[in-house]
Amino acid sequence: MHNFELVKPSTIAEAVAALGQEGAQALSGGQTLIPTMKQRLNMPDMLVSLTGIAEMKGVCKGDGGLHIGAATQHAVVAKEAAAAYPALAKLAGGIGDPAVRNRGTIGGSLANNDPSACYPAAALASGATIVTNQRSIAADDYFQGMFATALEEGEIITEIRFPIPEKAAYLKFEQPASRFALTGVFVAKYPSGVRVAVTGASNDGVFRWAEAEAALSANFAPSALESLSLSGEGMIADLHGSGDYRAHLAKVLTKRAVLAAS
Amino acid sequence: MAKVSMTVNGKAVSGEVEGRTLLSTFLREGLGLTGTHIGCDTSQCGACTVHVDGKQVKSCAMFAAEADGAEVRTIEGMANADGSLSVIQQAFQDHHGLQCGFCTPGMVMAAASLLADNPKPTEAEVRHHLEGNMCRCTGYHNIVKAVLAASGQDAGQIAAE
Amino acid sequence: MPKDGGIGASTKRREDVRFLTGKGRYTDDINIRGQAYAWFIRSDVAHGKINSIDSSAAEAMPGVVKVFTAADFAGVGGIPCGWQVTDRFGKVMQEPKHPVLADGKVRHVGDPIAVVVAETLEQARDAAEAVEIDITELPAVVNMKAALLPDSPKVHEELTSNLCYDWGFVEENKAAVDEAFEKAAHVTTLELVNNRLVANPMEPRVAVGDFESHSGQHTLYTTSQNPHVIRLLMGAFVLGIPEHKLRVVAPDVGGGFGSKIYHYAEEAFVTFAAKALNRPVKWTSSRSEAFLSDAQGRDHVTKIQLALDADNNFTALRTDTYANMGAYLSTFAPSIPTWLHGTLMAGNYRTPLIYVNVKAVFTNTIPVDAYRGAGRPEATFQLERLVDKAARELGVSPIELRRQNFIKPDQFPYQTPVAVVYDTGNYHATLDRVLEISNYAGFEARAAESKARGKLRGFGLAHYIEACGIAPSNLVGQLGARAGLYESASVRVNATGSITVFTGSHSHGQGHETSFAQVVAEMIGIDAGQIDIVHGDTSNTPMGMGTYGSRSLAVGGSAIVKATNKIINKAKKIAAHLLEASEGDIELKDGKFTVAGTDKSVDWVGVTLAAYVPHNYPLESMEPGLEETAFYDPSNFTYPSGGYACEVEVCPETGKVTICAFSAADDFGNIVNPMIVEGQVQGGLAQGIGQALMENCAYDENGQLLSGSFMDYAMPRADDFPMFTVDHSCNTPCTHNPLGVKGCGEAGAIGSPPAVVNAVIDALHRAGRTDIAHIDMPLTPSRVWSAMNA
Repeated sequence: MHNFELVKPSTIAEAVAALGQEGAQALSGGQTLIPTMKQRLNMPDMLVSLTGIAEMKGVCKGDGGLHIGAATQHAVVAKEAAAAYPALAKLAGGIGDPAVRNRGTIGGSLANNDPSACYPAAALASGATIVTNQRSIAADDYFQGMFATALEEGEIITEIRFPIPEKAAYLKFEQPASRFALTGVFVAKYPSGVRVAVTGASNDGVFRWAEAEAALSANFAPSALESLSLSGEGMIADLHGSGDYRAHLAKVLTKRAVLAAS
Repeated sequence: MAKVSMTVNGKAVSGEVEGRTLLSTFLREGLGLTGTHIGCDTSQCGACTVHVDGKQVKSCAMFAAEADGAEVRTIEGMANADGSLSVIQQAFQDHHGLQCGFCTPGMVMAAASLLADNPKPTEAEVRHHLEGNMCRCTGYHNIVKAVLAASGQDAGQIAAE
Repeated sequence: MPKDGGIGASTKRREDVRFLTGKGRYTDDINIRGQAYAWFIRSDVAHGKINSIDSSAAEAMPGVVKVFTAADFAGVGGIPCGWQVTDRFGKVMQEPKHPVLADGKVRHVGDPIAVVVAETLEQARDAAEAVEIDITELPAVVNMKAALLPDSPKVHEELTSNLCYDWGFVEENKAAVDEAFEKAAHVTTLELVNNRLVANPMEPRVAVGDFESHSGQHTLYTTSQNPHVIRLLMGAFVLGIPEHKLRVVAPDVGGGFGSKIYHYAEEAFVTFAAKALNRPVKWTSSRSEAFLSDAQGRDHVTKIQLALDADNNFTALRTDTYANMGAYLSTFAPSIPTWLHGTLMAGNYRTPLIYVNVKAVFTNTIPVDAYRGAGRPEATFQLERLVDKAARELGVSPIELRRQNFIKPDQFPYQTPVAVVYDTGNYHATLDRVLEISNYAGFEARAAESKARGKLRGFGLAHYIEACGIAPSNLVGQLGARAGLYESASVRVNATGSITVFTGSHSHGQGHETSFAQVVAEMIGIDAGQIDIVHGDTSNTPMGMGTYGSRSLAVGGSAIVKATNKIINKAKKIAAHLLEASEGDIELKDGKFTVAGTDKSVDWVGVTLAAYVPHNYPLESMEPGLEETAFYDPSNFTYPSGGYACEVEVCPETGKVTICAFSAADDFGNIVNPMIVEGQVQGGLAQGIGQALMENCAYDENGQLLSGSFMDYAMPRADDFPMFTVDHSCNTPCTHNPLGVKGCGEAGAIGSPPAVVNAVIDALHRAGRTDIAHIDMPLTPSRVWSAMNA
């Protein structure tokens, strides 16, 4: 990879200042960024490590539900969110593998917004709030397509606030090679209604399945989905499955998630 | 270049690294600890697995500078103090849990991490934990057996011969 | 038998200790003072004309030593092919040039164009970006049948077409085979693909070249399964270095599976560059680079037909196969779809007439060569899928159809209609055994339990035969091999009785350091700990042919037996002298020489010491010392065989196939170390199941590799498998090698793919989907779902 300068700020303010420099990029767990840099597909002049910023780490309950510092590793979320939001904890415990979970962070995942990542489904289905150094962004406004988010240049996610649902589950059907989600579905039932987010499937990245939400809000049972179907149009088609297959999986997984929701 | 200092296998070490120097490169080339292997460039094979502050990580997906001040343990630091094989290492030999040996250091480090958290894992838990460590030789059969045996369970009862 | 160290003991592997403590010494662990680093610039198009290469800017960059291009290799030979196939018309195959660096044209993605050598690897990579290469992209040809059309782009201008050869076997049988099909009561036809695979040993390839200007000595450290073969091919055909000035070392090697047999351009490059620059040069492949530069495996497209009479006896078999060679001929590529494939088409059956046609085709893809099993998995897959399909069409049990047509135990040695003679085997026994260990009797109950959970359960069977222990050199010479296929061993007994065995075979996971020592320990009757096995360095081991084709013990082990017998014969003479007895009366048992029928004896050390301190020694009739070399050239192949049973569950909602159980009953003949044998089978099974369910090396229509990393090439992981049940209790020892061994390295990868696919088809048929006759590998969830929803 190209060489760069690595800086390790200890406060958000320092990190933001560093990111203001030409060619600077944020480094969180690095589990996606480092392989990309090895391929020389990403060539920053400076990496600003966020993992040493204490105020960006940890899991706690707050006004917005469950608050998770953006630099919190998946393994920590898997453990510390287990009581308050088991579906979210389970999702975190299923990302990558144990070594990846010890480095990769929730903020890194959401900032990257890989169309096959797990966390975007949780954030979108939970109606989470993405808190940055500048503002709070509703999940519905945050995800803007494959690898695209509402984040501005130099803006960093500091915390994610998850309203805690009555019931929720995330089910992932793994792409056999990468083990990212070939399709993943997060179903969350709130007093205000059910939210369903699908990852891995669409060319536009994570999305809400409105028809399923309406049907499940009326009747939170797999049978409510029977008559629904998603179109394969606009879905990712590759070596691992057609658009139709992904659309089909989304329905199967939604049903299973409803059954599994607790 | 920046100076990094860390504890590797109980010994304080330091060296000059570039920003882009990976922890795996620092271990292999800086310290001559070549037991940590590089089997891929997409952070999937797990041959480079080491422990940083007690947690298993892929040392090819972490910069050396990020390990500044950390406690690092590699395969070279896994044997007993007298140089004899540790329980996990011995179980790998006893149950033929390795063939070419290339993935083995990563497997041992991953297994150690599992058993530290979960001293009596089930077969399914062992297989799941080893998801990020690829082996092309053994079909995993004897690796799983070795990890179960290292946990004090009767691998013969679990594993079909 | 020596305690825990002789033949038949599951001796723990001595090599494990270094691997388990991080003390293994792999090629990438070797760094020579003053070494420079090579970075290969590779083509990113599958087919193109190189207009110009401008490296001037790169050469001015920090740390750059030199940028090499094809121009630097003028006068240097190309990468040679080690096997020349003659086609069905008596014409030799078309053999294109294979330059070390692309010369004028690139022919596959990854074809090396230039190499930057710099002080550090990162400097070399940085400078590589500054090398300006102007390429005009040409239309690429990827599909084999399209490549044979008259208007197809030609991969090599100097050839008449993209057809490497059109091979017929046995050509003289063709008319009789066709006639048998005319008369058949039933004909079963199957078209199938044997998917392209990437071997992916966990250690990527590495090569370090070194040169000593004062002596003219070259050294190449390389990740090879056969360092002597590399020395021969590279020394004689590429660089023109005589053997005594070229040392090739393959130290600890992290798996090969065939992909490290071949002589690669990178090896020639570092050896050449080390002399040109007068300093060591190192190249380490990344995994991404391995996907573009390691020879790949399989990639056959086949139509196969079976003729049966009214009693369901097989009467004839014919096949049409297209075999992808890729853009160049890798070292043994032409032999794989021919002599390692066509000769196995009889399988375990008595089919009297067989005709095999193979068209080998050049395409703009990465070269294809042997991968674990090499030709034999392709033969087994076709045949075992076909027999299963025939049984379904005829409404008979696939088990019984096999049993009915198997070669009978009393028919060995058995001459097949495809040239080879099986020496021993008992296919009925392995079939019975696999049904027993897989608890076939309980299958219906398990299927019912799966059904209750909404899953479709299926049982699949496959039988295999393979030809291993390759091979008689005079025979393979007639078939086009440009090398011998013997193996060598030197046994050096030291003065105080310890032994160093030098073998031409190479271990890269197979455990030779342990099992070969067991053989010698058993023969002499001393502790295996007294015996060391040395391999992998051409400077201290006799000329050997290396490890592939499940040949190490059958051929290399036999060479060790031969050399050890020479040692024992001489030692007996020495003992006879010491004991003042006649040589014929000396018996060796448990490391002690005894005069038969007396208590007069001398122990092993007494004899070895006498050999090196020959004070009381028959110097007039015998040389001192105790060191012998032997070469063993087999008189036939060996024929391991076995019955494999797979049980799967198919999820009807998602198409996902789960392996519930896999049982293997193998006949490997005699076994030296059962633990190692079981490990070999388990590993082979994982690769075969990987091929059947997940692994797929795919290109798009422009020749771009779609599965170029572990992100898209699905490598099996620990949670993809259950525990395997492996059994080797049925054994019919090989009759023509001294150990009676057959070889076990490839079996698992050969027998398992058809067992898996047969099981999936069985599950679908049981669920009423009898319309699904076949699904091409890999049976990924999406493919199975698509077949079910077509």
